[in-house]
Amino acid sequence: MTNQNTISRESDLSGGEYKWGFVTDVETDLAPKGLSEDIVRLISTKKEEPEWLLEWRLKAYRHWVELEKSEAEPKWAMIDYPPIDYQDIYYYAAPKGTNEAPKSLDDVDPEMLETFEKLGIPLQERAALAGVAVDAVFDSVSVATTMEKQLGELGIVFCSFSNAVKNHPELVKKYLGSVVPYTDNFFAALNAAVFSDGSFVYIPPGVKCPIELMTYFRINTEGSGQFERTLIVADKGAYVSYLEGCTAPFRKTSQLHAATVELVALDDSEIKYSTIQNWFPGTKDGEGGIYNFVTKRGRADKNAKISWTQVETGSAITWKYPSVILKGDNSVGEFFSVALANNHQQADTGTKMIHIGKNTKSTIVSKGISAGKGSNTYRGQVQIMPGAENAVNHTQCDSLLVGDECGAHTVPYIEVRNPTARLEHEASTSKVSDDQLFYLMARGLSEEEAHHMIITGWSRDVIKELPFEFALEASQLLKVSLEGAVG
Amino acid sequence: MLEINNLHASVVDIENSEILKGINLKVGRGEVHAIMGPNGSGKSTLANVLMGRPDYLVTDGDVTLEGESILELRPDQRAHLGMFLAFQYPAEIPGVRPWQFLKAALDSKAESRGEDKMSVRNFSKLFDEKVEAVGINPNLVKRSLNEGFSGGEKKRNEMLQLEVLQPALAILDETDSGLDVDALRIVAEGVNSMRSPERSFIVVTHYQRLLNYITPDVVHILVKGKIVKTGGPELALEVEKDGYQEYLEAAGANA
Repeated sequence: MTNQNTISRESDLSGGEYKWGFVTDVETDLAPKGLSEDIVRLISTKKEEPEWLLEWRLKAYRHWVELEKSEAEPKWAMIDYPPIDYQDIYYYAAPKGTNEAPKSLDDVDPEMLETFEKLGIPLQERAALAGVAVDAVFDSVSVATTMEKQLGELGIVFCSFSNAVKNHPELVKKYLGSVVPYTDNFFAALNAAVFSDGSFVYIPPGVKCPIELMTYFRINTEGSGQFERTLIVADKGAYVSYLEGCTAPFRKTSQLHAATVELVALDDSEIKYSTIQNWFPGTKDGEGGIYNFVTKRGRADKNAKISWTQVETGSAITWKYPSVILKGDNSVGEFFSVALANNHQQADTGTKMIHIGKNTKSTIVSKGISAGKGSNTYRGQVQIMPGAENAVNHTQCDSLLVGDECGAHTVPYIEVRNPTARLEHEASTSKVSDDQLFYLMARGLSEEEAHHMIITGWSRDVIKELPFEFALEASQLLKVSLEGAVG
Repeated sequence: MLEINNLHASVVDIENSEILKGINLKVGRGEVHAIMGPNGSGKSTLANVLMGRPDYLVTDGDVTLEGESILELRPDQRAHLGMFLAFQYPAEIPGVRPWQFLKAALDSKAESRGEDKMSVRNFSKLFDEKVEAVGINPNLVKRSLNEGFSGGEKKRNEMLQLEVLQPALAILDETDSGLDVDALRIVAEGVNSMRSPERSFIVVTHYQRLLNYITPDVVHILVKGKIVKTGGPELALEVEKDGYQEYLEAAGANA
């Protein structure tokens, strides 16, 4: 970090209910509802894509149609939701006038800038001051990427996915779908067919990106889905720390979010990917909220390291397993997660660590907090392939229960096909104890403050992995998300 | 300062579980009171009820601080009024640093009084001073609150909090139990150095030995939920010599 104190988000996080629920009044360019080859073509045309990309989308679409026919929407997760009508969703929503990505911040609709301002996202000079480069994705379109020029001098590419397709087609073509092919799963196929925008990062060989890169995702239009796609490539010996944050307005109908993130860490490189996911979680009674079905995976080549850190407080449903394929020898994969399910939220999240190379090492620390009527499942897979000599995995899964109507589940899968592997698995379930609460309250903390302190303390092993101001935001989010669950 | 009138208390949700059976006690400003008694007499219950532990239900009587009843107040509100309980068994809070915890405690108190919060810099200075004064291992306070602390370390940590929070009324619940002589002396020195005409103490203890170092103004003998005798410091010495047997027998005869 070059500077740690300039971003102030306190105003948005001062407490109360979901604070990010406002709607921005911008004219929106909507494609008709529903999914068909025509819609896929329309999206591709709107984005002025090359033929090869359209072909790729169409292949993905046709694959998805087959999956849908054979009812291949995954059902194994411990989540319960009414069937999704895939023909009742807008697959393309863009603020009007942004068919072409804005050339500079001056071209961005002021209403939109104000939205990101309200969200505390530093878009203008603040971004430069804060030492954070920001890409903001509003509904389906990337509206602004800051500091593109400064980063460009180092050869770093940080831009919207659409811009990357136009300006760096060779990179996109080489890596798109290389870690998450469109055949990977139902939602990955859907995303590949209709993905609208997202972020693209390329760090050239040997370059350590000097600032944090950040993307802010915002769903605005009612009834729209959001299908962004992010691709990050760290070339040999490169380093990048990337952050993503997400919010959506308050809506009583559910909205689908099916994103794909691919990370490619070439030899000796490192990618650190941090997420604060705070999509609208639905009302206290379980109405509305985002259905968050996300495929995130990275490939680590020789001596490379990929680290996922996530704080998941939002969404009505979370289905998400950021994974690492430890392909190269001595590669390292990490997964640090805090997932909170309050009220009627359901989270089924975890990771996959696939050890292929020799001396590969993975660490999993998962902290699940269940409150209200929330249900929280850790689902993780550790796979040691035959060639993975001396692979090491350490897994720690902790569950914390707040109240007595919530649930916590742990579903670890372990597959070892090489006898030299060493695996450790620790799991615990605990409740916030009355002794702890009384102790803190006897020193003057309110019941809410006491709960917050116990819970953030309990989550500390994960939160400390986040960059500084994200850690503060994460802690505040846990507080706000738990309001009403205690007392 | 503190007045306890005919205080009766039971365990919440358990019938016929009355532990305190009509306690009467007055603690004046600047006074140090010792409450002694055998195991199971209700000493710890009294300390916890005064601080508002939700496991106990007050069924009769009243407790006032500066003339105002505190029984309806939550523990945090009592703390804001200047009450402090040094715990016999302090809870372990994983991931929370003693530093962070004490800053939050001090901030909430300042906030409740409409005062400015202490700056981080000033707090750090104060904290470091007190850590040294209490003789707590500086590495310990970088760890999680009370987690993996020995019995003695936990008690020292309680004294650290007492020193930082500077309460008007400190209740020490068997702070001497499990301490070796050196630690005992440190606790006593802490209390003695904090003695002032403005601050009162209630020292709950089973043994007299802590009172070798802290000379109380008044000693009460608590047996089976009632104060059976009140006297000066000499009373503690009598108990040390003769034990609680005669009081237990007397209480048994009355029951």
